Amino acid sequence: MALARASNGWRTEEGPALGPARALCYDQRPRVSDKEIPLELDPVILFFLLGLGAGLMRAEMRLPAAVYELLTVILLLSIGLKGGVELAGADLARILPKLGVVAAMGIVVGLMGFAILRLSPRLPRADAAAIAAHYGSVSVGTYAVAIAFLDTLGVDYEAYAAAFVVVLEVPAILLGIVLVRGLRPSVGWASVMHEVFLGKGVVLLLGGLLIGVLMGPERLEPFEPLFFDAFKGVLALFLLEMGLVAATQAGALRRHGVFLIGFALLFPLLGAIVGAVFAWGLDLTLGGALLLSVLGASASYIAAPAAMRLSVPEANPGLSLTASLAVTFPFNVLVGIPLYYGVLSVVYPGVGGGA
Amino acid sequence: MKRKLLTVITEQALERQLVQCVMDHGARGYTLTEARGQGRRGVRSADFEQVGNIRLEVICEEDVARQIAETLHKKYFDDFAMVLYLQDVEVLRSEKF
Repeated sequence: MALARASNGWRTEEGPALGPARALCYDQRPRVSDKEIPLELDPVILFFLLGLGAGLMRAEMRLPAAVYELLTVILLLSIGLKGGVELAGADLARILPKLGVVAAMGIVVGLMGFAILRLSPRLPRADAAAIAAHYGSVSVGTYAVAIAFLDTLGVDYEAYAAAFVVVLEVPAILLGIVLVRGLRPSVGWASVMHEVFLGKGVVLLLGGLLIGVLMGPERLEPFEPLFFDAFKGVLALFLLEMGLVAATQAGALRRHGVFLIGFALLFPLLGAIVGAVFAWGLDLTLGGALLLSVLGASASYIAAPAAMRLSVPEANPGLSLTASLAVTFPFNVLVGIPLYYGVLSVVYPGVGGGA
Repeated sequence: MKRKLLTVITEQALERQLVQCVMDHGARGYTLTEARGQGRRGVRSADFEQVGNIRLEVICEEDVARQIAETLHKKYFDDFAMVLYLQDVEVLRSEKF
C-alpha cells in the first residue's frame, strides 16, 4: 500500500498554493495511522545499497569528489532553506530556548559515549574522546534520510529541526577537545574555532536558514525545483556515494576489533533514546521526536573528523571514521530510522508526546 | 641559480597550517596539488575528503627550506601521515625564489 503511494510522486500540484510551511513540504500525501509501522524500504535506501554492494564487489565506479561535494552542498542548503522558511512564520522567542536545550543534548550524548568508551582498557583516552565527539555530533546525511522517510509516510514534523542540526554539530566536538586537552588545544583555540564554526556544515545550514527566514516561501519559489523538488534525487545520488565510501571503510573494520563495532552498533540506540527523551521534554511532534532521536543516534563524519584531526592529532582518525561511516551510518539508514519510528509511534503518544 | 625544492606530502587536514608555516618562514610562493597514495598509515585514497592527501612544493633558498623542514618535522611527524624531502634544483629567475 505504501509502495503504491510512493509511486504517485511526492509533491502535489496544489502544493505552492497552500500556506507558507505547507507550500514547501516535500510531500502532501495523507497521513498514515500512527499504528502503522513501515516495513518496506524507502526507495532512496536502495541507492545506498547499490553503492554499498558495488563498493564491496570493487566495481569500477566512483563519483568524482567534486560531485560528492556539490551534492552535500545542495542537501545542506535544502535542509537549511526548508527550516528557514518555517522559522520565518514561527515564534522565535519560543524556539530559541529549545535550541539551547538541544545543544545541551549534544554534550549529554558525547559524555555518555566517552564514559562507555573508557570502559575499554585498551582504548587510549584521546581515542575515546575523539570517538565520543563524533557520536555527540551529528550526521546531516542521516537527518536527510529521516526527512525523506517522514515525507514518504506523510508524517508532519518541525522543519525548523534543521536548526537542531546546526546547534548539535558543535558542542560535542568542543567537549571532545576539552576532554583531552583541557582548555588548551594543541593548535590554539583560534584554529579550532575556525575549523568547528566555519566548516561547510555549519556555514551552509546556517546560511540556508538565514536565506529562508529573510526571503520567505514566496520569494524562494524559483528555487523550489532544485532545492525542494529535487531533494530525493540529490539524496539518492548522495547515498550512492555514501554506500561506496562505507564499502571502502568496511575493509578497515577487521583491524579495529569487536568493542568498537559493538559500540558503533549499540550506542546509536542509546543516543536515540536520549533524543526521544529530549524531544518529549521539548514537546515536539512525533515526526520531530523521530528527527531528534535520529540526530542523537547519528555520528558526524564531516565536521568532527576535520576538527578532531587538528585538535587531538594523537587520536587515530581511522577508528572514529570507520565506526561512523562503515557501521553507524549504514545501521541508522537501513535499520535505525524505521526502528526508532516504529518504537516511537507506539510509545511516544502513550507518554503524552506529540499531543 | 641553485635553489632547494621542498616537497611535502601530507594529510589534507593540515593544508592551512602547512601554507601558514611555509609563508611564515619567508618562502615567496608554493604549489599545492591533491594527491593519493599508500604508506605506513595505510591507503590514502582521497575518495572522501578526510582521507585525501595534499602535495605542497616550495622552491626557496636552502636555509629557508631547512627551517621549514625542521619545523614541520617537530610539529607533525609524530601524529600525521607526512613525507618530506629536499632536492637541488636550478632556476632561471633567482630573485623569484
